[in-house]
Amino acid sequence: MNVVLTKTETQRPASDVFAGVRDRLPGRGKAAEAREQAFAAFERAGLPHRRLEDWKYTDLRALMRDVLPLAAAPDKNALERAEAALASLPAVDAVRVVLVDGAFAPTLSNLGGMETGVRVQTLREALEDGNHADLLSNGSEPGAMIALNAAMATDGLVITVADRVAIAKPLHIAHVATRGSTASFTRSFLTIGKAAQATLLESFVAAEGTKSYQVNDVISVSVGDDAEVQHVRLMDDGADATNITTAVFSVGAKARLTTFNMTSGGILSRYQGHLTFSGEGAEVNANGVNLLNGRQHADTTLFLDHAVPHCMSREVFRSVVDDRAQSVFQGRIIVRPHAQKTDAKMMTRALLLSDEAEADNKPELEIFADDVTCGHGATTGALDESLLFYLRARGLPEKEAEALLIQAFVGEAIEAIASDGLRELTVTIARAWLERRG
Amino acid sequence: MSLLEIKDLQVRVDDREILHGLSLTVNEGEIHAIMGPNGSGKSTLSHVIAGKPGYEVTGGEILFRGEDLLEMDPDERAAKGVFLAFQYPVEIPGVVTMNFLRTAYNAQRKARGESELMAPEFLKKVREVAKRLGIPQDMLKRGVNVGFSGGEKKRNEILQMALFEPSLCILDEMDSGLDIDALRIAADGVNALRSPGRAMVVITHYQRLLNYIIPDVVHVMSKGRVVKSGGKELALELEASGYAQFDEAALTAA
Repeated sequence: MNVVLTKTETQRPASDVFAGVRDRLPGRGKAAEAREQAFAAFERAGLPHRRLEDWKYTDLRALMRDVLPLAAAPDKNALERAEAALASLPAVDAVRVVLVDGAFAPTLSNLGGMETGVRVQTLREALEDGNHADLLSNGSEPGAMIALNAAMATDGLVITVADRVAIAKPLHIAHVATRGSTASFTRSFLTIGKAAQATLLESFVAAEGTKSYQVNDVISVSVGDDAEVQHVRLMDDGADATNITTAVFSVGAKARLTTFNMTSGGILSRYQGHLTFSGEGAEVNANGVNLLNGRQHADTTLFLDHAVPHCMSREVFRSVVDDRAQSVFQGRIIVRPHAQKTDAKMMTRALLLSDEAEADNKPELEIFADDVTCGHGATTGALDESLLFYLRARGLPEKEAEALLIQAFVGEAIEAIASDGLRELTVTIARAWLERRG
Repeated sequence: MSLLEIKDLQVRVDDREILHGLSLTVNEGEIHAIMGPNGSGKSTLSHVIAGKPGYEVTGGEILFRGEDLLEMDPDERAAKGVFLAFQYPVEIPGVVTMNFLRTAYNAQRKARGESELMAPEFLKKVREVAKRLGIPQDMLKRGVNVGFSGGEKKRNEILQMALFEPSLCILDEMDSGLDIDALRIAADGVNALRSPGRAMVVITHYQRLLNYIIPDVVHVMSKGRVVKSGGKELALELEASGYAQFDEAALTAA
């Protein structure tokens, strides 16, 4: 990325931002203390930079430079613009809850549509009414960006699905940005009970004309024993937005989780997933797609912790990189010493559509058990000329032939989404990206 | 006006001239066979007619119904009615055959300014043709040519030929890799498509295929040129005497 570094003073603006809003953030007492501690942790570390191995390809000091002022709570105009942005999304049959500029928007949400056995509270309520300072704790999750999120989080959703409840419609957490040159910090929790079934959709979009905003989101998903969960995240933020998201998953015994992330928006983004197997016999599909052009930089960093025996994981990642964009995939799998019979496979493939496009793939396997099946692979290449010619010889114009091959390429990651509605939504957004390419 | 008129065509690949002034005229309804040894330029000719990148035309011209084919992109040629049945049809994982067929069919119709055919209508048409060619329905649900046998791949080419109804079919070594039964099925498929409005150029190394697809005209290619043309009996003559005589003829002519 060709970014001019004007100054390296990155912490100062963030501390100004925090000092200016700390008294207005939800939660007193222990919650406020947790914020102070989290902010101190962020200040000690500063924005992550390239000398940290984990951030080698995504230097936030150079790329993000500072933290923008906190977005104001949405007013009538912001809500109207958010509603218009949501209306432009392809329709999907889901129960929707909306966060506008980091604040829960009840008028755009359908809390009444929640099925029996699903409890939803906002983070603000949980922090203000209850004794829930723990929601601002980051547990063992290190990192400056998640600490910053804990310090600044304004709102989010705390959703619980009771044991043995199977919810029919996906829950949709829709993030909409309407205020340019501001930052929003959201933090949500999804707890799925034992033998329960749930589908979570997360989407990130901007109201038309919203420029240069920052999103810092944390989503924590706890999957109970024997539960089945699908998680689909579609990040289609504004063209010059920054989105830093941390997703933390804990997967119980014999549970099944499919998590899928697609990044098509934003100028700078990092999606860092941290998944821990906490019970034996669980199965996880962690797939992702990056669709990038212009000067976009998108980093997907996944860490799978096979902490217990007899679990299976599959990671399929595809990136399509055009123009001068840069795609980063870092996939780390650790198999702990007693995690025998682990079956872990990771495959990442990048498709470069221009000479200046860049894809960095860093698969890492750390295996400490001796009776395991683990493998990984990475490839980078261009579209196959012989396939393109075949399609063109059958009448497809060049761009259409390319689009068909690109769709097939990303389809290998998308097909793991079991919900027809969400899979079609994902394909629709991928197609829209291809059409924007022209 | 002839359907296809190739005049003094010269083609280079990587600075090496492969076709040294090839001429060929094909009229509507005619079946032409082009025979020749390996390296005589047969496949190059088929690729240049279809518009495959990587070939540099340094001289001559190709007219299709009087229009300059070399000025057109491969997809424009397809929409105009030029069809190349590939010697080695590619496998396209992730692109479902039925979806591919509909996309290609509608792209051609769109390019011709015709209305696109909706899914159910098209589905019916594909199933009919597939049945006629003995192509199992489940093949249509798989990725294009993925896991298909050699014979199935060739039948898939003929299926497309039948659906797109081109006016010029170039069959590039259709017999390669086929056993005698597969060859017969493929040839029957091709024969069913013979019509007064459609011409075919059958490129083959062996006379065998021409027992099943009977040509009107046979051309012998050697070293980048047509060195002899005649009726279908020329193929039998070649079968008996081989290509060596024509190599010498080409050398002498050069």
